[in-house]
Amino acid sequence: MNAEVKMMRTAAETQYSDALAALPGAEPVRALREKALRLFAEKGLPHRRVEEWKYTDLRVLLREMAPLAGKPDAAALAEAKKCDVLANVGAREITFVNGAFVAGLSNLKGLEKGLTISTLGDALKNDATLPQLLAGLNPGKYDAVFALNTAALNDGVVIDVAAGAQVTKPIHIRHIVTGTKPVSVFGRAVVKVGKKAQATILQSHAGPDAVAYQTNTILQLSVADDAELDVVRVQAEGDKAIHLSMMIGAIGTDSRFKSFALTTGAAVSRHTVPFAYSGRNARALISGATLLRGKQHADMTLEVDHALPGGESRELFKTVLDDESRGVFQGLIVVRPDAQKTDGRMMSAALLLGENAEMDNKPELEIFADDVQCAHGATTGALDDDLLFYLRARGIPKKDAESLLIQSFFGEAIENIENEKIRDAVMKRAGHWLAARG
Amino acid sequence: MALLEVKDLHARVEEKEILRGLDLKVNAGEVHAIMGPNGSGKSTLSYVLAGKDDYEVTGGSATLDGEDLLVLEPDERAAKGLFLAFQYPIEIPGVASMTFLRTAVNSVRKKRGEEELSTPDFLRLVRERAKELNIKDDMLKRPVNVGFSGGEKKRNEILQMALLEPKMCVLDETDSGLDIDALKIVADGVNRLRAKNRGFLVITHYQRLLDHIVPDVVHVMARGKIVRTGGPELAHELEAKGYAGYENAA
Repeated sequence: MNAEVKMMRTAAETQYSDALAALPGAEPVRALREKALRLFAEKGLPHRRVEEWKYTDLRVLLREMAPLAGKPDAAALAEAKKCDVLANVGAREITFVNGAFVAGLSNLKGLEKGLTISTLGDALKNDATLPQLLAGLNPGKYDAVFALNTAALNDGVVIDVAAGAQVTKPIHIRHIVTGTKPVSVFGRAVVKVGKKAQATILQSHAGPDAVAYQTNTILQLSVADDAELDVVRVQAEGDKAIHLSMMIGAIGTDSRFKSFALTTGAAVSRHTVPFAYSGRNARALISGATLLRGKQHADMTLEVDHALPGGESRELFKTVLDDESRGVFQGLIVVRPDAQKTDGRMMSAALLLGENAEMDNKPELEIFADDVQCAHGATTGALDDDLLFYLRARGIPKKDAESLLIQSFFGEAIENIENEKIRDAVMKRAGHWLAARG
Repeated sequence: MALLEVKDLHARVEEKEILRGLDLKVNAGEVHAIMGPNGSGKSTLSYVLAGKDDYEVTGGSATLDGEDLLVLEPDERAAKGLFLAFQYPIEIPGVASMTFLRTAVNSVRKKRGEEELSTPDFLRLVRERAKELNIKDDMLKRPVNVGFSGGEKKRNEILQMALLEPKMCVLDETDSGLDIDALKIVADGVNRLRAKNRGFLVITHYQRLLDHIVPDVVHVMARGKIVRTGGPELAHELEAKGYAGYENAA
């Protein structure tokens, strides 16, 4: 007798399979899509008995799939034009509205030497190796978000920074959802940074409040030897949205990588970061600040994989939880047998403002090499009464005193953004969140 | 009318009664010292006046300029003109000193119906006051009190006092942890702030601070109340004889 219990397919699972199978799409990725769809049909959405999804049960949270978004019309474009997330930071913008690339809201003129930006369709025509990259970095592993995103591969962007190119102007990939009806939106962005090249990528997600739309976006990064990449991401989806996303990274020998993620939006969000050290002596800082209120649920899951020696990794995440919100941090650092002299330090700190807020912190180390330095820490606490009293005794009203302390708490993570304009813009957004505290 | 008037004040912390009927009157322009053995309730008095949570007033009253202090929030008390210089100033990592000072000054000005200071005006004011207290720019660039020495923290308290222009200053063991040079700087800072319309309550265990901040009135506190009041000579008497006679008084 087969001991494996076959779970019933949920309505959402059937809807995904049907909708995505019917999608038209580029020929080179057809096989990829069909394989992903088959895999999804077999394995389905994860639930709480799947370890990596213990705190974010997609089977429960995603009851139904919203219909696939149509091509954006004039009204959608007009609405998207008003989006101001990470605006005015001097970046080159690449805009997707409801999943579709919109040339009119993008700036592809005067590309710097060595910089190529193509739509996924065009890139597939010119780059025979792309399907392999799109297939993922760890083909042995099943991830429902990745499988669905691959099954839906249609529009997207490929940013290629040639070896030696120094692209100082940040490139901002914007994912904007519009309208008043729930839709499903998919997106894929690929960034390849060549040897000794340097670039800064921004990614933002925004959409209307009060609409239960669903987004699934993946950012794939490959950083070659001696290259440098900075990534700043702002997730400011509407308050009823379900946001599923991944940042998949692989960094080469002597490369340097820095990322920061601000999360304030969506009713439910899950951001997974599979991150591989595919070269020696690479350094990475992966950081973020998550600010939640109401009944928001945000899950940040890192899987940092050191396969080669000399890697340095720093992970710093700050989560502020007001009202009845729930934060999840899962951070896994794997140090493989060859990854001697790895230096890894991971910290997740949560500040509980609401009495019914909850934080699930799960840092993990899996170390198979013997000469390594690895540490992780996780803290959860409330605002310090003594600090509050000190500030209030100086005439600062309670709310303002709290704001100062909360800002200093998440500010420590935001400070890691090197570009001053971007840092200020992120700080300002976080400031809006604070100002909206009831 | 006295500037600060405390009548029959009773207060407790976690069921333990610490202030047991304390009476005190400080007029504008006067400097009063409260001395007393450890555990007599000196710091509790300062916290109760400033409005710290966990300190429960069970009886009596405290007024500033005739206004009931005990019903006000800590920040409202500060705006009304009460200032507590902490015995142990707290480090606030992540909050820049300048941001803290500007927020404090402008919060208080706003509540007093005064215009908020512009950034240049504020910077000028801070630099001026900081210079008098030998506080270097470098200190102001750090987060509040983080990495400050004991002396620097106390000087920073006096800087805040100077900037907030209070009516009534309560100094809780400001001399603790200070060497003689730091003590002089702090005392000079306080003396510069002495004014006809301002009162001081200097809480100290030792007489040496009172050589530099000469009080008009000295009180002895024991077991939660004032048990003796006299002139500056009382401080010298305590220094010579100790608190032996007061441990079990009241």
